[in-house]
Amino acid sequence: MTQLITQLLKGESAALARLITLVENNSPTVPEVMKAIHKHTGTAHIIGVTGTMGTGKSTLIGAVTRAYRKRDKTVGIVGIDPTSCFSGGALLGDRIRMQDLATDPGVFIRSMGTRGVLGGLTSSIYDVVELLDASGKDIVIVETVGVGQSEIDIAKMADTTIVVTVPGLGDSIQTMKAGITEIADIFVVNKADQPGADETVLQLQQMLCMNHLDEWQIPVIPLSSIKGTGISEVINAINNHMDFLTETNHLRKRRRTRYESELLALIKKKVMHFVLDESRLQGTIESMVDTISRKEMDPHSAAEKILKGILA
Amino acid sequence: MTKKNIRVLVAKPGLDGHDRGAKVVSRALRDAGMEVIYTGLHQTPKQIVETAVQEDVDVIGLSLLSGAHLTLFQNVMNCLKKRGMEHILVTGGGIIPQEDLDELKKIGIKRVFGPGTPIDTIVDYIQGSVNK
Repeated sequence: MTQLITQLLKGESAALARLITLVENNSPTVPEVMKAIHKHTGTAHIIGVTGTMGTGKSTLIGAVTRAYRKRDKTVGIVGIDPTSCFSGGALLGDRIRMQDLATDPGVFIRSMGTRGVLGGLTSSIYDVVELLDASGKDIVIVETVGVGQSEIDIAKMADTTIVVTVPGLGDSIQTMKAGITEIADIFVVNKADQPGADETVLQLQQMLCMNHLDEWQIPVIPLSSIKGTGISEVINAINNHMDFLTETNHLRKRRRTRYESELLALIKKKVMHFVLDESRLQGTIESMVDTISRKEMDPHSAAEKILKGILA
Repeated sequence: MTKKNIRVLVAKPGLDGHDRGAKVVSRALRDAGMEVIYTGLHQTPKQIVETAVQEDVDVIGLSLLSGAHLTLFQNVMNCLKKRGMEHILVTGGGIIPQEDLDELKKIGIKRVFGPGTPIDTIVDYIQGSVNK
């Protein structure tokens, strides 16, 4: 294990890949690994990319990464796709859009399944980001699953959150709703070569005018991967945002928020593990479900009873 | 919770534009509970091997219909060796003549699935080999 950690800190991709697998599989060695690397983290700029499916998140990440490589920055990418709740399997297709980067030693791409977690991320994502950070990547990009309106967990984790949208997804009322539109530090209107792009940009800008008290002016950037326009604007916006975070002390606040949500998530995971441990429950769930089905008890009382039993 | 998911890289080496089969197999492996990463078309052996390293897969399934399997599969195996990744199970699929099977076995392609192979055969073989 010590050898793997040493190799990781040197930035060796095979060791990084192996450690990510251990984290994904909830290996009992994970706490030891994370303890050893924690002090080596905090240097990477963590960028979250979210948006509805098919808006071009992976393509955008590919383009951003190529631009960062030209500036000599190393990049780690985690692309998350949904795990089937029926089979437990997943088709992980994010890296297809960036396979040209596969052989670049300054880029590491990993695909992950959500493995049953809602919110657009996966439960091991905090640890995976720390591993990429500790491996010395300058930029770490996390791509969420193609989310709907309310999967906003990414904003608690990233330093900079990019929300990707495309023309034609709805009128101005959609932009005024709460949820995903509230978490953007940068808006990208992708496929800006398509009709209606100017209108989408305008609607977002109008929506953002109402946030006039914020210190950070959220940019809305039209981007076309076909025409190859908008990427340098996106990079500038990311860099400006990082400057803003550093100058205003917001970076410290955001990282605190990240550690807080990570800590809470870990506690939840451990409590769940403890409470739902088969050996402790010994068929209680099954028999309670029967009792509820027979209308002899209601679900709330049953839950209370089981918890009391465990905590006693 | 601690159950290990089998991770499979489905890869299309070389200049071959047909990936219907690769997609069908990917989907079937997904439905069998595996995590499947598909590379997309036109991959070099080096791209495939680096992807396998980064994704830490248990299996690489090479799909090829162009006739260049002897050269390309050999190159993939060489790259794997160079990266010290010989533990990864490599299988082949596509249009591969009977008389080449021995040669492929010799270079380390553990199994070749030709046209008409029942999907279950592939799933069973992978599950059986990885969990061994």
